[in-house]
Amino acid sequence: MRIAVLMKQVPDTDDVKMDAERGTMIRDGVGGIVNPLDLNALEAAVGLRGEGGSIVVVSMGPPAAEEVLREGLALGADRAILATDRAFAGCDSLSTSRVLAAVLKRDGVPDLVIAGGKATDGETGQVGPEVAALLGMPVADNVTRLSACPDGVEVECTLEDGILTQRLPMPCLVTVQSDINSPSLPTLSGKKRASAAEVERVSASDLGMAPPDTGLDASPTRVVRITSQRVARQPEKFFAKKSDSLEKGLDRIMEILEASGAIGRGGGAVERL
Amino acid sequence: MNGSNGGRASGDVWVLGEARQLGECAPTLAELSGKAREMADSLGAVTGEARRVIVVMLLDSAAERLARPEEAARSGADGAMIVRGDRLPSDRAACGRILAHLAGLHEPCIILAGATAYGRSVMPYAAALLGTGLTADCTGLSIEPGTGLLLQTRPAIGGNITATIKTPCRRPQMATVRPGTFKAPPSSEGRAFETAEPDVPAELFRSGARYVSFADFSESDRTLEDRDVVVSGGRGLRRADGFRLISELASLLDAGVGASRPAVEMKWIGYPHQVGLSGRVVSPKVYIAAGISGSVQHMAGMQTSECVVSINRDPDAQIFGISDVAICGDLYDVIPRLIGRIRKKLEVLE
Repeated sequence: MRIAVLMKQVPDTDDVKMDAERGTMIRDGVGGIVNPLDLNALEAAVGLRGEGGSIVVVSMGPPAAEEVLREGLALGADRAILATDRAFAGCDSLSTSRVLAAVLKRDGVPDLVIAGGKATDGETGQVGPEVAALLGMPVADNVTRLSACPDGVEVECTLEDGILTQRLPMPCLVTVQSDINSPSLPTLSGKKRASAAEVERVSASDLGMAPPDTGLDASPTRVVRITSQRVARQPEKFFAKKSDSLEKGLDRIMEILEASGAIGRGGGAVERL
Repeated sequence: MNGSNGGRASGDVWVLGEARQLGECAPTLAELSGKAREMADSLGAVTGEARRVIVVMLLDSAAERLARPEEAARSGADGAMIVRGDRLPSDRAACGRILAHLAGLHEPCIILAGATAYGRSVMPYAAALLGTGLTADCTGLSIEPGTGLLLQTRPAIGGNITATIKTPCRRPQMATVRPGTFKAPPSSEGRAFETAEPDVPAELFRSGARYVSFADFSESDRTLEDRDVVVSGGRGLRRADGFRLISELASLLDAGVGASRPAVEMKWIGYPHQVGLSGRVVSPKVYIAAGISGSVQHMAGMQTSECVVSINRDPDAQIFGISDVAICGDLYDVIPRLIGRIRKKLEVLE
């Protein structure tokens, strides 16, 4: 099976610190990492590749994003392609999807495209389904199990109300959630291979694109304002060690729960039967 | 096209309704119809032309029995467009193609959908086919005075900032909206409601995806996004069976059980319960955080909750800074007493 995995370099926001006054992220010392769900996507690809199969990891980003593709190579990908060009600057999710879809077409549309469900920076989760639409593929999102079946892949999608199992013919695109697998760590031999491997670079002109057909000008959405989040509330504080304070606190919680209609609405009643 | 013609663009405000696998309409329909009504009216005021609110529903026979798009009339919708096809809702690509086809024909100026599994698959698929902008997981929507453009706000960088986004030149302007962001309006009667069943080319119905089965979650596994109340536990539980106490409280409140990432990483509870940037993003009426310190990662997943109650031993816990009620103390002292109070109240109600 020929598989493509979409990868993105994101800031390591795990322990993100904010500049409270400016409402900006403190980027000093914050490195770029592989978007965590993309590692799940790659792990799923490695499990499915099979004999004679191949995996290509694909990213769009600045030249430094090559690092995440090397990590992909270290983890078992066979090839890596980085779409990088100043012309891509300012791409929103649709323009990004157009670039990635063009890269995949140029490379020969794979049997299966796997992407992480969303990236930890933009958190739109839109690039996967948008690439699928641009390539005319069926799509399954929220995938938590993925296996090969005779005519394509069988997926389990974890939805709000249950688990949907479906089969998609190839070529198709799936986006995965983190409980699909536990990503492996790169091996020493993998790292060696990755450092020697070539990351293929693709420019806008390689894809037949130039502004205003790509980048900011081609992006339908515009960010008009950024404000720092002020979900700061002044809590009523109560102290459990002081029994009158705790009682007052419990009174407040009960008021809130009653106002929300949460008490006496069924759950409790069922349990008491 | 340019930004200034946004307000003059023809078209209605559409809401993509969602029929769940078991048939009922997702609760987002009433919330979004109400908001769409408000926006259609402000647009009408800007442009001097009445705008309609139209619900689009893509149904199959299972959903048809239960889904009642006409109920959206009570939240302010003027009509519905219904397309039926076997197993249609589960085929996201087919839904995306049909939505794009209908939008191409009828040129709505805005399409809204819930930021649910369904909405977050179908909307980007359709947006890409239409070549238009889509803003994900919005927590605020308004019409810009003067231009009539849709202003979409959404949290970014783990909820630390809020970005306001618009789609100045492309139509439709599309947004998915975090469930629970808008209150369903009080039900009103008497609005005329028209249902149409447009013809859709047969080839759009099949993307090749084939339905195999659907296993609905038991009540306790229902995901958190739909809940009015969520009770979450974190590292402060100190042991796995602390979640028994959390579950006991949750069941009394018909609430969902959530968890912080450390609690999930220690395998005290499964990933579907994780609330935060890398888990579920919830916005319930009441969020109770027990033994959760309040990392950026966690707060990104719950800070838009209507009301936050937190219980933590650390008087400086960050979670207190986004709480309405903060109880400084050991959750093992506080929660049993809260449970006692609720049981007593339930007895009185009985």
